Amino acid sequence: MTDSNDPLRVIPTDAPPVGACRKTGDFVPPLTLMGEHDLCPGCGEPLALRQILDSIEDTGLGQKAIGVIGIGCYTALTSLMDIDLIQALHGRAPSVATGAKRMRPDELLFTLQGDGDMVNEGLQEVIHTAARGENVTCILLNNGVFGETGGHMTATTVLGQRTKNSIEGRDAGEHGYPILIGDLLARLQGTAYCARASVHDAKGVARTRRFLDRAFESQMKGQGFSFVEILTMCPTGWFIPTSEGPDYLDQELGAVHEVGELKKDGVLIED
Amino acid sequence: MSAPERRLMEGSEAIAEAAIAAGCRFFAGYPMTPFTEVLECFAKRLPEEGGACINSESELEAIGQAWGAAATGARAATGSTGQGLSLMQESMSEITRAEIPIVIFNMARGQGDYYQATRGGGHGDYRHIVLAPQSVGEAVEITQLAFHLADKWRHPVVIYGDYLIAHTAEAVGIDRLDFGPLPDKDWAVDGSLGGTGRSRNVNPIGMEKGSKGIDPNRFWQNLADKEDEIAVAEQRFEAIDTEDAELLIVAFGTLARFARAAIRDLRAEGIRVGLFRPISLWPFPSAALRRAAEGCTRVAVLEQNAGQMIDDVQLSLLGSVPVVPIGGISTDAAGFGIGALLDSDLIAGRARDAHAGRPVPRGVVA
Repeated sequence: MTDSNDPLRVIPTDAPPVGACRKTGDFVPPLTLMGEHDLCPGCGEPLALRQILDSIEDTGLGQKAIGVIGIGCYTALTSLMDIDLIQALHGRAPSVATGAKRMRPDELLFTLQGDGDMVNEGLQEVIHTAARGENVTCILLNNGVFGETGGHMTATTVLGQRTKNSIEGRDAGEHGYPILIGDLLARLQGTAYCARASVHDAKGVARTRRFLDRAFESQMKGQGFSFVEILTMCPTGWFIPTSEGPDYLDQELGAVHEVGELKKDGVLIED
Repeated sequence: MSAPERRLMEGSEAIAEAAIAAGCRFFAGYPMTPFTEVLECFAKRLPEEGGACINSESELEAIGQAWGAAATGARAATGSTGQGLSLMQESMSEITRAEIPIVIFNMARGQGDYYQATRGGGHGDYRHIVLAPQSVGEAVEITQLAFHLADKWRHPVVIYGDYLIAHTAEAVGIDRLDFGPLPDKDWAVDGSLGGTGRSRNVNPIGMEKGSKGIDPNRFWQNLADKEDEIAVAEQRFEAIDTEDAELLIVAFGTLARFARAAIRDLRAEGIRVGLFRPISLWPFPSAALRRAAEGCTRVAVLEQNAGQMIDDVQLSLLGSVPVVPIGGISTDAAGFGIGALLDSDLIAGRARDAHAGRPVPRGVVA
């Protein structure tokens, strides 16, 4: 904007400089009431939520979306989400979303659940919701651990993973095998779209956004049940330094829960 | 307005039709005797009315689905027997806290679910409204009242029925009943307020948009204050022949109908006996019961269980009148609640004993 002939602009010294000393909390993304959260440093859940809200906003569904939220660390994020929400019980978001969708068929209905919520407590709900071909989108934030209680084993915890109640690492003989929920849901006839993404690097974040866009599009086209699993970092619950979270996700969780699209337009995507 | 056409209907059908007349457009349930036919009727009728009925995979899912439907502002209901309501208790407690209006039908196997209904089997400090009809005709009115009270207070309402309510055919006429104006459901989610800074969060934990943390003390106290108001405002009962009664029988639901016949016979014999029938089990009509019991020699509690409502009778009378139980456990071989106690002659005999101060047999009434 400045012209080379303009005199040098003098910044007034009797007021704080504009644009200086901005905190992260000063930046507020769309559909968000506050720019800061109380989750741990290195947590992947706010990254995933940002992609969800951006996807809703950019696809023009900001005033047509209803979220149904499970119980976990991410529940704390509801106070900053500027969309209509229903808070469900632990594990019960898919049934609540079902009832809401039947009464509001034109609205985008999605659930936000963790692995403890969806794959432990409420496994039968998400399976039956998918099998009914319910026209909702279930979003799983999968970090393979009960983060809110401080790092306990869930149904998606991978073999060898150390948690507070599998202190020597998850052992198949003692604790059983992890459930690959995305693979399970993809094989149900009522599932139209199914994908697994991660937020451990920029490429993963972009892919997460792409999969969310496709899931929401599938729902708005009335194709049936859609599912997006997002692998998220939990350095606190993994008992590792914050900076090692992305690599741990990629090499441990991601090696078992493989990232990629599993079903599109009702058709399974084979390797 | 002309009177609605009367038609012979089983209770299950009458309840479903009454709910639909009241504007109920969503139902979810799981089959269980003697509730099953209520689900069948909703499954047949709601799609015809532009509503939805879901055959849920469990009672857990059924109440979750009704929760979601009601959170959008639709009139929604679910139901089961007491056994199925056991599974729903976690959600019933949370729905009460989330202040979601919802109607829950318990087609109970007898009267053993009185504690479950009035104390609640869920966690935390909460009560919900419980209404107990004595007949199909009254169930039609109470079903519609239940939806009104649920919306008025943003509070769940349980309808305590049983095998006889669900399966007795009576001639009833069903029209939408007007119980007065209701507040707008501006709290309900419709998705429209996203990005405006005024979006909603229908939740049972006191979360508020735009502010971190919660204030559990204030949240719980607000609920308690509302329940105190309901407890005063919504007491319902029927009192028959109580003015000069020496013996007052207290009974609820269909059993009270047998007691009513017994009282007619006893009055014909010259025995001064009256009937007090709580219609709202919570709030229990304590003040009215105290008034009805004034001047009585004895209060006889007739209930088809080991003794549950008798606690509320004792708490209402606070020792001012002697209280004796004259009911007991009494069911059929299948356990559906059709017991020998459902007999006005037998009840009259027990009332005669109680009136005369003779001991009333305890134990199973077979």
